[in-house]
Amino acid sequence: MSRRRLQRSVRAPRPPRARGPKFLERPGIWFNQHLQTLIETLGRLRANPLPSIMTVAVIGISLALPAALYVLSENLRAMAGGWDQTAAISLFLDLKVADQQATNLADQLKSWEEIANISLITPDQALAEFRDLGGFEDALDRITENPLPNVLAIYPVPEYASPDHLQALQERLLDLPEADFARMDTLWLQRLQAILDLVQIIALLLGALLGIGVLLIVGNTIRLEILNRRIEIEIMELVGATAAFIRRPFLYTGAWYGLLGGLSAWLLVSLSILVLQGSVSRLASLYHSEFRLSGLGFADTGSMLGASILLGFIGSWLAVNHHLRGAKPI
Amino acid sequence: MIRFQNVFKRYPERGDALSAIDFEIQTGEMVFLTGHSGAGKSTLLRLIGLLERPSRGQVLVNGRNLGTLPRRDIPHHRRQVGMIFQDHRLLSDRTVFDNVALPLVVTGIHSKEIERRVRAALDQVGLLARARATPLALSGGEQQRVGIARALVGRPPVLLADEPTGNLDPDLSREIFELFERFKYVGVTLLIATHDFELVNSRQHRTLTLDAGRLVSDTGAW
Repeated sequence: MSRRRLQRSVRAPRPPRARGPKFLERPGIWFNQHLQTLIETLGRLRANPLPSIMTVAVIGISLALPAALYVLSENLRAMAGGWDQTAAISLFLDLKVADQQATNLADQLKSWEEIANISLITPDQALAEFRDLGGFEDALDRITENPLPNVLAIYPVPEYASPDHLQALQERLLDLPEADFARMDTLWLQRLQAILDLVQIIALLLGALLGIGVLLIVGNTIRLEILNRRIEIEIMELVGATAAFIRRPFLYTGAWYGLLGGLSAWLLVSLSILVLQGSVSRLASLYHSEFRLSGLGFADTGSMLGASILLGFIGSWLAVNHHLRGAKPI
Repeated sequence: MIRFQNVFKRYPERGDALSAIDFEIQTGEMVFLTGHSGAGKSTLLRLIGLLERPSRGQVLVNGRNLGTLPRRDIPHHRRQVGMIFQDHRLLSDRTVFDNVALPLVVTGIHSKEIERRVRAALDQVGLLARARATPLALSGGEQQRVGIARALVGRPPVLLADEPTGNLDPDLSREIFELFERFKYVGVTLLIATHDFELVNSRQHRTLTLDAGRLVSDTGAW
């Protein structure tokens, strides 16, 4: 072969580029590399479906537990909120007070600054409500005269809704000549609220603990992955891969685990709600309620997925930092 | 292109692997590095590829002092130095194409360009037809040529080869050396470690000889 021919058949090396690609090319390269890694790492998870599914399932169950507890407490709160609409104070008027007098009194009380709204329940209305509830028909049929008094349902303005204020309001109301007695329905609601607060704190604590669990699961999975790919990592270092390039797939894998785990947690919670919905509706209908279980809302789902992705990412970051020491020599 | 100045490499377990090494290789030279097993050939190559740093002295490649090269620049240095290993160091779960593409993939260049350059490199070593095979399906000589294609695909100005013909028969060895000689013509600096004295003697290139970590002879440029 002549020398000329040789020079054509072998490509001449370009003058050495000291620092890789040109400045303007970098954003595109950066984006390309990340997109490629994103797709590649998902492909890798799909290539080994069984271990991937197991890891994702463990993460999903870990996240579903606190999420379900949170959904439960939110639903109870919504239910209690429904009951909140009942009057804070029911003022039972003297039997002698006529309907017209009661109306006048209601109008008069509306001017009190503690009171947001008042509704009058006349004896006829109350009796009709009783009939609707059922079970009392026989007893009611025997009554010739309506034994029920006028009742004022009093809704306080929010600033006066605390127990102390309500107590004072109740005393003022009882001083009225028309008043017979008053009932305050707030204490058990407050207890329920306190219990719900407790449940949410437990959900939060459980979430924190299981979140650490997710970190460890992802960290360990990534650690095994790094050990499995030792040789590949070594060769990539030899041919000039940067530390960031070598780390990236592991970090993305962790984030994928987080995302898929979060999605399966969402699926678990949603399925549970679907299963429970029928029985809850039946129970609620027995209480003349239209109550329906609500699942994880859009914002809640978003923050759960965000948190799970973050957990997966941090878990793999910890593993990567511990097990990949970057290009030798150290 | 490659310059060693009074270089020592000492391992805590086995003492000096290299002592007082001084030499310089010009751009476009093809140099043999010979000596018996354990004479320090691999260690010398490892210092150039920055797989290790010298205990004393300076190694300069392309005007850059490797001793002061910060860690984050090591990958960029390795892209300038193609390395060929006796045990090939191929990934057995990837195709020949993917193995050769690796040095380009890590630089993040466009996949079309990668395709083009990998094909060119495979063509140069005569393995274009085997691009879709996995390394395990190839013979030892073919695997070695895949390793060579991988080393040259990034068009590095320096090629290092550690016993590239270690377990190949003489015909295959000669083929591979002919391949190396072609790179020399296009200005690549080659440093080839081998203990195949017969082969070294049959081809006329500058030869450095190591014995027990010392540079005992340098034939100088031919």
